[in-house]
Amino acid sequence: MSALGLMWANLQRRPVRTYLTLFSVLVAFLLFTVLRTLAAWFQGGAAEGISGVDRLVVTAKYSIIDPLPISYQNQILAVGGVEAVTHQSWFGGNYQDPRNFFPKFPVEPRAYFDMYTEMKIDPAQLEAFENTRTGAVVSVGMLERYGWQIGDRIPIEADIYPMRDGNRLWEFDLVGAYAWENDNGQPLMLFHYDFFEEARQFGQGSVGWYTVRVGDIDRAAEISKEIDALFENSQNPVKTATEDEYNRSFFAQIGDIGLMTTGILSAVFFTILLLTAVTMNQAMRERIPELAVLKTLGFSDAKVALIVLGESVVLCALGGFLGILATLALEVPLNALLIESGFGVFELSGSVVAVAAGIAVLLGLVVGASPAWSANRLTIADALRRS
Amino acid sequence: MPIVDLKDVHKSFTKGRERVEVLLGIDLTIEQGDFLALMGPSGSGKTTLLNIVGGIDSVSQGEVQVADQDLNRLGSRELARWRSANIGFIFQFYNLLPVLNARRNVELPLLLTKLSGKQRRKNAETALEIVGLSDRAKHKPFELSGGEQQRVAIARAIVADPAILVCDEPTGDLDRDTAEQILDLLGILNRDHGKTIIMVTHDPKAADHARHILHLDKGQLVREVAA
Repeated sequence: MSALGLMWANLQRRPVRTYLTLFSVLVAFLLFTVLRTLAAWFQGGAAEGISGVDRLVVTAKYSIIDPLPISYQNQILAVGGVEAVTHQSWFGGNYQDPRNFFPKFPVEPRAYFDMYTEMKIDPAQLEAFENTRTGAVVSVGMLERYGWQIGDRIPIEADIYPMRDGNRLWEFDLVGAYAWENDNGQPLMLFHYDFFEEARQFGQGSVGWYTVRVGDIDRAAEISKEIDALFENSQNPVKTATEDEYNRSFFAQIGDIGLMTTGILSAVFFTILLLTAVTMNQAMRERIPELAVLKTLGFSDAKVALIVLGESVVLCALGGFLGILATLALEVPLNALLIESGFGVFELSGSVVAVAAGIAVLLGLVVGASPAWSANRLTIADALRRS
Repeated sequence: MPIVDLKDVHKSFTKGRERVEVLLGIDLTIEQGDFLALMGPSGSGKTTLLNIVGGIDSVSQGEVQVADQDLNRLGSRELARWRSANIGFIFQFYNLLPVLNARRNVELPLLLTKLSGKQRRKNAETALEIVGLSDRAKHKPFELSGGEQQRVAIARAIVADPAILVCDEPTGDLDRDTAEQILDLLGILNRDHGKTIIMVTHDPKAADHARHILHLDKGQLVREVAA
């Protein structure tokens, strides 16, 4: 038997109480790791996954849902330092059921894949995409998910853009599938802008936003200002940002994710702190005579205090460890949910694990401080008299 | 050569606003290898005197020399270390840790030594063998009878091979037959293993197992009887 064995044996004194406390700590750390990972993902991780270092995004200045004129494309291309410009638009729409959500963008086929080099597509399929007005391409993961094959006709029911004749059912010919270089599994359907422009009932001559590749990323700020200045006095002023900033501002529409998660986690940990502290103090009071016996046997005040403190740390560290394991176990279903929702990949990072481990130990120390101090001050004769 | 030498020991407590004098100038010498019974009415100071000899309580005044050590000079940490090396405690209610089995209870004092885990286990098993409980090593206290629990407590008291065993009413919670067995065991430890035993008891029959009997009353030694 070691000192750790003694601590563990003491925790087994009231197994129901110990396991309930352990479970509550586990849940707290499960929440912590999931929420921190999601917050980090919203605040940057997601953007990193789909952002290029040399790309800028040009949107309408006041709202990213306002369209921009197609005529801006050549004007932006004429700005010094700009190497390429392409555009995308938000189509919306549903495939069979609103739960089958994935983004659908009308794009310029070749220009789009030239811009997003991290998306790999077979050249023959890209050519077919270019040459088929009703053509569409999807990510390879979507083929498996929806049971599609190249050559299938994909019906999409529009919720924003009906066709000229009022028909809401758009049909696309699946001509290819691309793979993400970083394999983040994000689903996205791309189809021909020319077909969209020709067939939609309204909104001709406009696009959703522009993506711009610059030759020198160090000049990104300067080029952004130049593009913004170009349309400053027009009816459609623009806001240019790096793709990373754009993605962050997109997710910021949901709210301050960091602040929200910090608020939730603070409440959770404050509750856990109180709950565990009460439990550990109660556990210590119940065995005052036993602690006195340990001192009688020759355990010093400090050693007895360390045993009591160690029990708290073991309990909280174990709860934290199990919480992290539970999060790892949830990665697969969470990923399925996120990918289904059109987001990216949930991946528990080493930094979140390290912070969780640190908090678990700190929690144990804080919770154990009071009973350990009491154990330290315990006088043998008084304690034995109580028994 | 006295192993315990107390000179003019006084002990008082403050209870509320009242000062209670428990020991009033005790002079006591106990030779190495002795088996001493301390008797007296409740509140006479027996347990307090035992605690002082065992180094778990301090005196208000006087000198305490035990196992060649002036206990008044030791701080809390040194005193703890001294106790682990020199004193084995046996209590009326055994005071075993309920979460540990018999062997692990016996092994507890050895956690303070530098012995390996294997050696600690071996020593604990030897101590259990001495008290005749080898076959109960894996039982937890609630699975043992009172007499067996007291034997485990005795094994725990001797496992680190201390020179002195201090026993506070070791048979107070046992029936007559079991009490006799425990007292016989203490006798063996005294005679065959050379342990100095100081035992507080109310029971004259238990005291008869000792070589000397001391009577305390109102904090003072009133008489000494050779058993």
